[in-house]
Amino acid sequence: MDNVLLEIKDLSKVYESKGVNVKALSNINLTVKKGETIGIVGESGCGKTTLGRCVVRGIDATSGEVLFHTDEGVIDFLKIKGAQMRRYRKDIQMIFQDPYASLDPRMTVFDIISEPLRYNTKMSNREIEQAVDRITDQVGLNKAYLRRYPHAFSGGQRQRIGIARSLILQPKLIVCDEAVSALDVSIQAQIINLLEDLQREYDLTYLFISHALSVVRHISNRVLVMYLGRMVELGETEDLFRNPLHPYTKALLSAVPQPDPDVTIDRIVLEGEVPNPANPPSGCPFHPRCAYATDQCRKEMPPLKEYDGRLVACWNIK
Amino acid sequence: MGLFKSKNNTHSDEKKSDKYYYASQWGLMARKFRKHKLAMGSTFVLVIFYLTAIFGNFIAPQGTEQYDGKFVNCKPTPVHYFHEGKFVGPFVYGMKTERDPVTFMAQHVEDREKICRIKFFTQGDPGGEYKWLGLFPSNLHLFEAEDGGKIFLFGTDNMGRDLFSRVILGSQISLFIPVVGMLLTVVLGLAIGSLAGYFGGWIDTVIQRLIEVVRSFPQVPLWMALSAAIPKTMKPAQVFMLMTIILSLVSWPGLARVVRSKFISVKKEDFIMAARISGAPGSKLITRHMIPSFLSYIIVDMTMSIPSLIIGETTLSFLGLGLRSPATSWGVLLQETNKLETIMFYNWKLIPMIFVFLSVLAFNFMGDGLRDAADPYK
Repeated sequence: MDNVLLEIKDLSKVYESKGVNVKALSNINLTVKKGETIGIVGESGCGKTTLGRCVVRGIDATSGEVLFHTDEGVIDFLKIKGAQMRRYRKDIQMIFQDPYASLDPRMTVFDIISEPLRYNTKMSNREIEQAVDRITDQVGLNKAYLRRYPHAFSGGQRQRIGIARSLILQPKLIVCDEAVSALDVSIQAQIINLLEDLQREYDLTYLFISHALSVVRHISNRVLVMYLGRMVELGETEDLFRNPLHPYTKALLSAVPQPDPDVTIDRIVLEGEVPNPANPPSGCPFHPRCAYATDQCRKEMPPLKEYDGRLVACWNIK
Repeated sequence: MGLFKSKNNTHSDEKKSDKYYYASQWGLMARKFRKHKLAMGSTFVLVIFYLTAIFGNFIAPQGTEQYDGKFVNCKPTPVHYFHEGKFVGPFVYGMKTERDPVTFMAQHVEDREKICRIKFFTQGDPGGEYKWLGLFPSNLHLFEAEDGGKIFLFGTDNMGRDLFSRVILGSQISLFIPVVGMLLTVVLGLAIGSLAGYFGGWIDTVIQRLIEVVRSFPQVPLWMALSAAIPKTMKPAQVFMLMTIILSLVSWPGLARVVRSKFISVKKEDFIMAARISGAPGSKLITRHMIPSFLSYIIVDMTMSIPSLIIGETTLSFLGLGLRSPATSWGVLLQETNKLETIMFYNWKLIPMIFVFLSVLAFNFMGDGLRDAADPYK
């Protein structure tokens, strides 16, 4: 267990509004190893963003633990405060989906990138300038533009600014919440390459949240499939993409467009819509849309079971 | 990656756009505001109004307590440049009193024989002394007619006081009460609104209900009740302060609501979460990110709330509940117009209304321009 970086244990998030409880996240268990990239996929509203935000404490989880393995032992990142918080806050950072909304339009790029340093370190202005210089170089931003405001930049450039901001503290884990989804395909490729380069250089660990399956396949070591706030399947990327076990994963993967016109794919088109998380179906949350649903599926929630080196939550896999 | 570094801009192109790229949010707003012709014009008008008010004692030929019983209800004095076809420079004719042969009303008519030139930067009559800004004693006035001539640019009232002087001196009250009242409103509104918006929960609920209670009072009766509590023996300066307090006590809920809703909406912004994740403590979050993000809207709201305060002061004084003669404000001046007689025979006494109208309109247009400029990305 030496190279474990993060253990997410029974993480749940319940939104309460007017007496109705919406379970956005139920009992997520995930162990993240140092230096790996875990892709988190699922359709809109499946809780992948909530998961990412709970891990970085952008929002408060309702229950569960995020055990963070540091040099000084294991700490629960969700519970630390005060001096300990100030100390470890910088280790878990986030890249946001929307490069327009996540940069304060009233600050210069330099101020945006250097802001985390001012809160977390006691660096002098000179040191801060050097650090910003180094990081802008690395993410491929022109230093001459540092005194400009975000409105002067394109989406791809803004995303680089966001990456520079989350990297400047030299974190151990970065949650990339749809980090490339808002960008053009060509820019996506650049950013993905950048993320990979940075990972090699700094031994970074990524939680890569995305609905772009081909991107996830490219960048991830392991993939977690989520449905209605629950874990559906977790496995090595290539295994999972070649041979999806859970019916939902199968349907999801069959939706990936194929660039080769000669390849015919049997699309599994799901019927119906994602159920309302405020009123989830009984048993397996996927059963109303599942072609293989049995009576057991309708009544009992399938546990996450190990099968062939993979974790799957389905009654029909034996 | 190299794509972004080797931007193939020509030099002149870069020069031109540089200003835009380096413009801060405030810079962009100023740029947009300058393009709004109506707002710029209104700002110009307001600057002139306020400068006139500040230098009021100097520009006004008479002080608030000066009057001349011989020239009661005088028409506005025409200023002439030519006498019998000859250019003499600005002057007024002397005045004599006649009876109207039909109505037998006393009338002041020009005495065409007597030319009184207008002199500038003169020492005023005794009684016209003033202390500029309450500090520098002086009796210097912008203009005066020679040889005992009288200039009443806007005519006189029923006590023989120069209306032009009174409009200008009245603007010192009518234009500054709203500004001071607005500042008080901002302090109250910002404090209470941010409490409600930042903390939410029961604090928010209590404040919301309080706002609803305050807002459901009919404004004019509330003003009247509060103003009636001002003792009649109070000095004008104290009345002034009390009036600002009364006006802002009634107007803070509007701003508090704006601040609250801005706090709530900005709390959910990605860049606020980003700042929190980078370790920003709560105080920095509010002062560095949240307040700057809606400061422009608050300024707009402030500007837009001034007109209602101007009207408020005018209304109170008009109803005789604010300042009283000889202290003057536009509302006090309009008190005289509540007689049919005034509109029939002395319609120049309505001139103060034009200034109320102009300043309210100018503030509204300026607010419009500011609002358009406040969001430079749209």
